[in-house]
Amino acid sequence: MLEKVKNIVAEGLGVDVADLAAETTFESLGADSLDLMDMVMSFEDEFGVEIDTEAIGGLKTIGDVVVYIEGLQK
Amino acid sequence: MIGKIYGTGAYTPSNYYHNNDLAKMVDTNDEWIRERTGIVRRHIIKEDTTVSMASKAAKRALQDAQITADEVDLILVSTISSNVILPCAACEVQRELGAVNATCFDLSAACSGFVFAYNTAQAYIASGMYNTILIIGSESLSNLVDWEDRGTCILFGDGAGAAVLKGVEGELTPCVTYSDGVKGGVLTCESRHQKNWEEKMKDKSTYVYMDGKGVFKFAVKKVPEMIHELLDKAGLEVEDIDWFILHQANKRIIESVAKRLKVDIAKFPMNIEEYGNTSSASIPILLDEMNRKGMLKEGQRAVLAGFGAGLSWGASLINW
Repeated sequence: MLEKVKNIVAEGLGVDVADLAAETTFESLGADSLDLMDMVMSFEDEFGVEIDTEAIGGLKTIGDVVVYIEGLQK
Repeated sequence: MIGKIYGTGAYTPSNYYHNNDLAKMVDTNDEWIRERTGIVRRHIIKEDTTVSMASKAAKRALQDAQITADEVDLILVSTISSNVILPCAACEVQRELGAVNATCFDLSAACSGFVFAYNTAQAYIASGMYNTILIIGSESLSNLVDWEDRGTCILFGDGAGAAVLKGVEGELTPCVTYSDGVKGGVLTCESRHQKNWEEKMKDKSTYVYMDGKGVFKFAVKKVPEMIHELLDKAGLEVEDIDWFILHQANKRIIESVAKRLKVDIAKFPMNIEEYGNTSSASIPILLDEMNRKGMLKEGQRAVLAGFGAGLSWGASLINW
Protein backbone atom coordinates (compact mmCIF):
# COMPACT_ATOMS: atom_id res chain seq x y z
CA MET A 1 0.00 0.00 0.00
CA LEU A 2 2.73 2.48 0.98
CA GLU A 3 4.63 1.78 -2.24
CA LYS A 4 1.51 2.32 -4.36
CA VAL A 5 0.70 5.59 -2.58
CA LYS A 6 4.30 6.74 -3.04
CA ASN A 7 4.15 5.93 -6.75
CA ILE A 8 0.96 7.97 -7.19
CA VAL A 9 2.47 10.91 -5.30
CA ALA A 10 5.69 10.70 -7.34
CA GLU A 11 3.76 10.68 -10.59
CA GLY A 12 1.29 13.35 -9.49
CA LEU A 13 3.93 15.83 -8.37
CA GLY A 14 6.74 14.83 -10.73
CA VAL A 15 9.16 13.93 -7.90
CA ASP A 16 11.52 10.97 -7.43
CA VAL A 17 9.83 8.09 -5.61
CA ALA A 18 13.14 7.39 -3.79
CA ASP A 19 12.77 10.71 -2.01
CA LEU A 20 9.41 9.77 -0.51
CA ALA A 21 8.73 8.17 2.86
CA ALA A 22 5.71 7.68 5.10
CA GLU A 23 6.70 10.80 7.05
CA THR A 24 7.03 13.01 3.95
CA THR A 25 4.56 15.88 4.15
CA PHE A 26 2.72 17.12 1.09
CA GLU A 27 3.62 20.64 2.13
CA SER A 28 7.34 19.85 1.92
CA LEU A 29 6.78 18.64 -1.65
CA GLY A 30 5.19 21.97 -2.58
CA ALA A 31 1.76 20.43 -3.18
CA ASP A 32 -1.20 22.80 -3.02
CA SER A 33 -4.84 21.86 -2.38
CA LEU A 34 -5.50 21.17 -6.06
CA ASP A 35 -2.49 18.85 -6.34
CA LEU A 36 -3.82 17.03 -3.30
CA MET A 37 -7.30 16.74 -4.86
CA ASP A 38 -5.78 15.38 -8.04
CA MET A 39 -3.90 12.73 -6.08
CA VAL A 40 -7.01 11.93 -4.01
CA MET A 41 -8.77 11.06 -7.28
CA SER A 42 -5.89 8.75 -8.20
CA PHE A 43 -5.98 7.10 -4.74
CA GLU A 44 -9.70 6.52 -5.18
CA ASP A 45 -9.19 4.90 -8.58
CA GLU A 46 -6.27 2.79 -7.41
CA PHE A 47 -7.80 1.51 -4.17
CA GLY A 48 -11.50 1.52 -5.07
CA VAL A 49 -12.49 3.78 -2.15
CA GLU A 50 -14.23 7.12 -1.81
CA ILE A 51 -12.34 9.73 0.20
CA ASP A 52 -14.60 12.27 1.91
CA THR A 53 -13.63 15.81 0.84
CA GLU A 54 -13.97 16.85 4.52
CA ALA A 55 -11.21 14.39 5.46
CA ILE A 56 -8.70 15.65 2.89
CA GLY A 57 -7.52 18.54 5.07
CA GLY A 58 -6.33 16.02 7.68
CA LEU A 59 -4.10 14.14 5.25
CA LYS A 60 -0.77 15.85 5.86
CA THR A 61 1.70 13.05 5.09
CA ILE A 62 1.94 10.02 2.81
CA GLY A 63 1.56 7.85 5.94
CA ASP A 64 -1.72 9.66 6.79
CA VAL A 65 -3.09 8.59 3.41
CA VAL A 66 -2.09 4.97 3.97
CA VAL A 67 -3.71 4.88 7.42
CA TYR A 68 -6.86 6.60 6.14
CA ILE A 69 -7.32 4.27 3.16
CA GLU A 70 -6.60 1.18 5.28
CA GLY A 71 -9.34 2.39 7.63
CA LEU A 72 -11.79 2.63 4.74
CA GLN A 73 -10.92 -0.84 3.50
CA LYS A 74 -11.62 -2.56 6.85
CA MET B 1 -30.23 16.47 -40.89
CA ILE B 2 -27.45 17.88 -38.78
CA GLY B 3 -26.81 21.43 -37.64
CA LYS B 4 -23.52 22.72 -39.02
CA ILE B 5 -21.84 25.70 -37.38
CA TYR B 6 -21.94 28.43 -40.02
CA GLY B 7 -20.56 31.22 -37.89
CA THR B 8 -19.40 32.23 -34.42
CA GLY B 9 -19.19 35.48 -32.51
CA ALA B 10 -18.16 36.73 -29.08
CA TYR B 11 -18.21 39.86 -27.01
CA THR B 12 -16.53 40.70 -23.73
CA PRO B 13 -16.62 44.03 -21.92
CA SER B 14 -13.47 46.15 -22.38
CA ASN B 15 -13.28 46.82 -18.66
CA TYR B 16 -11.18 44.22 -16.84
CA TYR B 17 -9.58 43.55 -13.47
CA HIS B 18 -6.13 42.03 -12.99
CA ASN B 19 -5.40 39.71 -10.07
CA ASN B 20 -3.49 42.61 -8.50
CA ASP B 21 -6.70 44.68 -8.51
CA LEU B 22 -8.53 41.95 -6.59
CA ALA B 23 -5.64 41.69 -4.14
CA LYS B 24 -6.60 45.21 -3.02
CA MET B 25 -10.17 44.09 -2.30
CA VAL B 26 -9.72 40.68 -0.64
CA ASP B 27 -6.85 38.80 1.01
CA THR B 28 -5.29 37.13 -2.03
CA ASN B 29 -2.40 37.63 -4.46
CA ASP B 30 -1.50 37.27 -8.11
CA GLU B 31 0.74 34.23 -7.67
CA TRP B 32 -1.82 32.32 -5.61
CA ILE B 33 -4.59 32.91 -8.16
CA ARG B 34 -2.42 32.12 -11.19
CA GLU B 35 -1.08 28.89 -9.74
CA ARG B 36 -4.40 27.50 -8.60
CA THR B 37 -6.66 28.68 -11.41
CA GLY B 38 -4.64 29.93 -14.40
CA ILE B 39 -6.62 33.19 -14.25
CA VAL B 40 -4.90 36.57 -14.59
CA ARG B 41 -7.69 38.91 -15.75
CA ARG B 42 -11.47 38.85 -15.84
CA HIS B 43 -13.66 41.24 -17.83
CA ILE B 44 -16.46 42.86 -15.86
CA ILE B 45 -19.46 44.76 -17.21
CA LYS B 46 -19.91 48.48 -16.67
CA GLU B 47 -22.53 49.74 -19.12
CA ASP B 48 -23.19 46.33 -20.66
CA THR B 49 -25.80 43.80 -19.56
CA THR B 50 -26.27 40.09 -20.19
CA VAL B 51 -28.69 41.03 -22.99
CA SER B 52 -26.45 43.66 -24.61
CA MET B 53 -23.46 41.30 -24.61
CA ALA B 54 -25.61 38.49 -26.04
CA SER B 55 -26.82 40.80 -28.81
CA LYS B 56 -23.31 41.95 -29.72
CA ALA B 57 -21.97 38.37 -29.82
CA ALA B 58 -25.00 37.31 -31.88
CA LYS B 59 -24.50 40.10 -34.44
CA ARG B 60 -20.92 39.00 -34.95
CA ALA B 61 -21.99 35.37 -35.35
CA LEU B 62 -24.59 36.30 -37.98
CA GLN B 63 -21.98 38.36 -39.82
CA ASP B 64 -19.52 35.47 -39.72
CA ALA B 65 -22.22 33.07 -40.96
CA GLN B 66 -23.20 35.57 -43.67
CA ILE B 67 -26.89 35.23 -42.93
CA THR B 68 -29.40 37.94 -42.19
CA ALA B 69 -31.34 38.18 -38.92
CA ASP B 70 -34.68 37.41 -40.61
CA GLU B 71 -33.38 33.97 -41.64
CA VAL B 72 -33.11 32.86 -37.99
CA ASP B 73 -35.86 30.42 -36.93
CA LEU B 74 -34.92 30.05 -33.27
CA ILE B 75 -32.89 32.06 -30.75
CA LEU B 76 -31.80 30.12 -27.71
CA VAL B 77 -30.01 32.01 -24.94
CA SER B 78 -28.24 30.06 -22.23
CA THR B 79 -27.84 32.16 -19.08
CA ILE B 80 -28.03 32.02 -15.31
CA SER B 81 -27.42 35.73 -14.89
CA SER B 82 -29.85 37.61 -17.11
CA ASN B 83 -30.67 41.22 -16.27
CA VAL B 84 -34.25 40.51 -17.33
CA ILE B 85 -36.74 37.84 -16.34
CA LEU B 86 -39.54 39.23 -18.50
CA PRO B 87 -39.27 39.20 -21.41
CA CYS B 88 -36.69 36.45 -21.71
CA ALA B 89 -33.18 37.43 -22.82
CA ALA B 90 -33.71 35.69 -26.18
CA CYS B 91 -36.66 37.99 -27.00
CA GLU B 92 -34.57 41.03 -26.13
CA VAL B 93 -31.82 39.76 -28.44
CA GLN B 94 -34.45 39.20 -31.15
CA ARG B 95 -35.49 42.83 -30.86
CA GLU B 96 -31.90 44.05 -31.05
CA LEU B 97 -31.19 41.95 -34.13
CA GLY B 98 -34.52 42.40 -35.86
CA ALA B 99 -34.83 38.62 -36.10
CA VAL B 100 -38.56 38.92 -36.71
CA ASN B 101 -39.12 35.30 -37.79
CA ALA B 102 -37.47 33.69 -34.78
CA THR B 103 -39.04 31.90 -31.83
CA CYS B 104 -37.13 32.80 -28.67
CA PHE B 105 -36.56 31.31 -25.26
CA ASP B 106 -33.88 30.97 -22.59
CA LEU B 107 -32.25 27.90 -21.13
CA SER B 108 -30.70 27.57 -17.67
CA ALA B 109 -28.05 24.90 -17.14
CA ALA B 110 -25.14 26.93 -15.71
CA CYS B 111 -21.72 26.02 -17.07
CA SER B 112 -23.15 23.16 -19.14
CA GLY B 113 -25.62 25.59 -20.71
CA PHE B 114 -23.94 26.12 -24.06
CA VAL B 115 -23.48 22.39 -24.67
CA PHE B 116 -27.10 21.77 -23.66
CA ALA B 117 -28.21 24.58 -26.00
CA TYR B 118 -26.12 23.08 -28.80
CA ASN B 119 -27.76 19.67 -28.26
CA THR B 120 -31.22 21.24 -28.08
CA ALA B 121 -30.57 23.01 -31.38
CA GLN B 122 -29.41 19.78 -32.97
CA ALA B 123 -32.56 17.98 -31.83
CA TYR B 124 -34.78 20.72 -33.30
CA ILE B 125 -32.87 20.65 -36.59
CA ALA B 126 -33.00 16.84 -36.78
CA SER B 127 -36.75 16.92 -36.14
CA GLY B 128 -37.28 19.46 -38.90
CA MET B 129 -38.95 21.90 -36.51
CA TYR B 130 -36.39 24.69 -37.00
CA ASN B 131 -33.55 24.94 -39.49
CA THR B 132 -31.49 28.04 -38.67
CA ILE B 133 -30.73 28.45 -34.99
CA LEU B 134 -28.79 31.06 -33.08
CA ILE B 135 -27.40 29.75 -29.79
CA ILE B 136 -25.88 32.15 -27.30
CA GLY B 137 -24.22 31.84 -23.91
CA SER B 138 -24.18 35.17 -22.06
CA GLU B 139 -23.31 35.78 -18.41
CA SER B 140 -22.81 38.65 -15.99
CA LEU B 141 -21.49 36.59 -13.12
CA SER B 142 -20.08 39.73 -11.51
CA ASN B 143 -23.68 40.41 -10.46
CA LEU B 144 -23.95 37.08 -8.62
CA VAL B 145 -20.63 36.70 -6.84
CA ASP B 146 -19.79 37.90 -3.36
CA TRP B 147 -16.93 40.36 -3.89
CA GLU B 148 -15.87 39.83 -0.28
CA ASP B 149 -15.43 36.06 -0.66
CA ARG B 150 -11.88 35.46 -1.87
CA GLY B 151 -12.67 31.79 -2.53
CA THR B 152 -15.09 32.58 -5.35
CA CYS B 153 -14.80 36.20 -6.51
CA ILE B 154 -11.39 35.60 -8.09
CA LEU B 155 -12.81 32.93 -10.40
CA PHE B 156 -15.56 34.53 -12.43
CA GLY B 157 -15.96 36.98 -15.28
CA ASP B 158 -18.52 38.37 -17.72
CA GLY B 159 -18.95 37.83 -21.45
CA ALA B 160 -20.95 36.28 -24.26
CA GLY B 161 -20.41 33.92 -27.15
CA ALA B 162 -22.68 32.77 -29.95
CA ALA B 163 -22.92 30.33 -32.83
CA VAL B 164 -25.24 29.99 -35.83
CA LEU B 165 -26.31 26.47 -36.71
CA LYS B 166 -27.93 25.62 -40.00
CA GLY B 167 -29.41 22.27 -40.99
CA VAL B 168 -27.59 20.38 -43.74
CA GLU B 169 -27.82 16.79 -45.04
CA GLY B 170 -25.94 14.44 -42.75
CA GLU B 171 -26.19 12.14 -39.78
CA LEU B 172 -26.46 13.53 -36.27
CA THR B 173 -23.21 13.25 -34.31
CA PRO B 174 -23.48 11.83 -30.80
CA CYS B 175 -23.75 13.69 -27.52
CA VAL B 176 -23.92 12.68 -23.86
CA THR B 177 -25.59 14.69 -21.12
CA TYR B 178 -26.18 14.17 -17.42
CA SER B 179 -27.65 15.97 -14.42
CA ASP B 180 -27.42 15.07 -10.73
CA GLY B 181 -29.58 17.26 -8.52
CA VAL B 182 -28.73 15.19 -5.43
CA LYS B 183 -25.18 16.55 -5.48
CA GLY B 184 -26.26 20.07 -6.49
CA GLY B 185 -25.30 21.60 -3.13
CA VAL B 186 -21.61 21.99 -4.02
CA LEU B 187 -22.33 24.96 -6.29
CA THR B 188 -25.37 27.12 -5.62
CA CYS B 189 -26.88 30.60 -5.87
CA GLU B 190 -30.40 31.36 -4.71
CA SER B 191 -32.74 33.72 -6.51
CA ARG B 192 -32.82 37.22 -5.05
CA HIS B 193 -36.55 37.49 -5.55
CA GLN B 194 -38.26 35.43 -2.90
CA LYS B 195 -41.15 35.66 -0.43
CA ASN B 196 -42.33 38.94 -1.86
CA TRP B 197 -45.68 38.47 -0.16
CA GLU B 198 -44.24 38.24 3.36
CA GLU B 199 -41.31 40.60 3.00
CA LYS B 200 -42.39 43.27 0.60
CA MET B 201 -39.69 45.02 -1.43
CA LYS B 202 -36.93 42.98 0.19
CA ASP B 203 -34.52 41.36 -2.21
CA LYS B 204 -32.47 38.61 -0.67
CA SER B 205 -28.74 39.15 -0.98
CA THR B 206 -27.65 35.74 -2.07
CA TYR B 207 -24.38 34.96 -3.78
CA VAL B 208 -22.62 32.13 -5.51
CA TYR B 209 -21.50 29.46 -3.04
CA MET B 210 -18.96 26.86 -4.04
CA ASP B 211 -17.39 23.84 -2.38
CA GLY B 212 -14.21 23.99 -4.45
CA LYS B 213 -12.96 20.51 -3.54
CA GLY B 214 -16.32 18.95 -4.33
CA VAL B 215 -16.54 20.71 -7.69
CA PHE B 216 -12.96 19.80 -8.61
CA LYS B 217 -13.58 16.15 -7.80
CA PHE B 218 -16.83 16.08 -9.75
CA ALA B 219 -15.29 17.66 -12.84
CA VAL B 220 -12.10 15.63 -12.90
CA LYS B 221 -14.05 12.40 -12.45
CA LYS B 222 -17.03 12.99 -14.71
CA VAL B 223 -15.52 14.88 -17.66
CA PRO B 224 -13.07 12.14 -18.75
CA GLU B 225 -15.79 9.52 -18.19
CA MET B 226 -18.27 11.31 -20.41
CA ILE B 227 -15.69 12.00 -23.13
CA HIS B 228 -14.86 8.28 -23.23
CA GLU B 229 -18.56 7.51 -23.43
CA LEU B 230 -19.04 10.03 -26.25
CA LEU B 231 -16.13 8.60 -28.22
CA ASP B 232 -17.39 5.04 -27.70
CA LYS B 233 -20.75 6.12 -29.11
CA ALA B 234 -19.01 7.64 -32.13
CA GLY B 235 -16.66 4.68 -32.60
CA LEU B 236 -13.64 6.96 -32.17
CA GLU B 237 -10.51 7.04 -30.01
CA VAL B 238 -9.06 10.06 -28.21
CA GLU B 239 -6.36 10.19 -30.92
CA ASP B 240 -9.07 10.89 -33.52
CA ILE B 241 -9.99 14.19 -31.87
CA ASP B 242 -8.20 17.38 -32.88
CA TRP B 243 -9.54 19.67 -30.15
CA PHE B 244 -11.04 19.24 -26.71
CA ILE B 245 -12.93 22.47 -26.08
CA LEU B 246 -13.74 22.40 -22.38
CA HIS B 247 -15.66 24.84 -20.24
CA GLN B 248 -13.03 27.23 -18.91
CA ALA B 249 -13.57 26.71 -15.18
CA ASN B 250 -10.02 26.29 -13.96
CA LYS B 251 -6.75 25.54 -15.74
CA ARG B 252 -5.89 22.88 -13.18
CA ILE B 253 -9.17 21.04 -13.83
CA ILE B 254 -8.45 21.03 -17.56
CA GLU B 255 -4.89 19.80 -16.95
CA SER B 256 -6.17 16.98 -14.72
CA VAL B 257 -8.74 15.98 -17.34
CA ALA B 258 -6.07 15.93 -20.07
CA LYS B 259 -3.81 13.80 -17.88
CA ARG B 260 -6.58 11.31 -17.19
CA LEU B 261 -7.48 11.08 -20.88
CA LYS B 262 -3.76 10.69 -21.66
CA VAL B 263 -4.01 13.43 -24.26
CA ASP B 264 -1.45 16.18 -24.91
CA ILE B 265 -2.53 19.38 -23.15
CA ALA B 266 -1.87 21.23 -26.45
CA LYS B 267 -5.17 19.78 -27.71
CA PHE B 268 -7.00 21.62 -24.91
CA PRO B 269 -7.14 25.26 -25.97
CA MET B 270 -7.52 27.71 -23.07
CA ASN B 271 -8.29 31.39 -22.66
CA ILE B 272 -9.10 31.34 -18.94
CA GLU B 273 -6.07 33.56 -18.29
CA GLU B 274 -7.91 36.46 -19.96
CA TYR B 275 -11.56 35.90 -18.99
CA GLY B 276 -11.81 33.68 -15.91
CA ASN B 277 -14.83 31.42 -15.66
CA THR B 278 -17.70 32.91 -17.68
CA SER B 279 -20.03 29.92 -17.16
CA SER B 280 -22.10 29.18 -20.26
CA ALA B 281 -20.27 31.87 -22.26
CA SER B 282 -16.83 30.27 -21.92
CA ILE B 283 -17.13 27.59 -24.62
CA PRO B 284 -18.56 29.86 -27.36
CA ILE B 285 -16.04 32.64 -26.57
CA LEU B 286 -13.22 30.10 -26.96
CA LEU B 287 -14.82 28.55 -30.05
CA ASP B 288 -15.04 31.98 -31.67
CA GLU B 289 -11.43 32.76 -30.79
CA MET B 290 -10.30 29.49 -32.41
CA ASN B 291 -12.50 30.07 -35.44
CA ARG B 292 -11.14 33.56 -36.03
CA LYS B 293 -7.55 32.45 -35.58
CA GLY B 294 -8.12 29.76 -38.24
CA MET B 295 -7.36 26.96 -35.76
CA LEU B 296 -10.45 24.99 -36.77
CA LYS B 297 -9.86 23.34 -40.13
CA GLU B 298 -12.38 21.65 -42.38
CA GLY B 299 -12.66 17.97 -41.54
CA GLN B 300 -11.33 18.36 -37.99
CA ARG B 301 -13.16 16.81 -35.07
CA ALA B 302 -13.74 18.66 -31.81
CA VAL B 303 -15.34 17.67 -28.53
CA LEU B 304 -17.27 20.35 -26.65
CA ALA B 305 -17.53 19.57 -22.94
CA GLY B 306 -19.45 21.57 -20.34
CA PHE B 307 -19.74 20.83 -16.62
CA GLY B 308 -20.94 22.70 -13.57
CA ALA B 309 -23.80 23.57 -11.28
CA GLY B 310 -26.77 21.21 -11.21
CA LEU B 311 -24.73 19.24 -11.10
CA SER B 312 -24.76 19.00 -14.86
CA TRP B 313 -22.35 17.81 -17.49
CA GLY B 314 -22.50 17.20 -21.21
CA ALA B 315 -20.32 16.66 -24.25
CA SER B 316 -20.91 16.84 -27.99
CA LEU B 317 -18.89 15.81 -31.00
CA ILE B 318 -18.45 18.39 -33.75
CA ASN B 319 -17.25 17.73 -37.26
CA TRP B 320 -15.93 21.11 -38.39
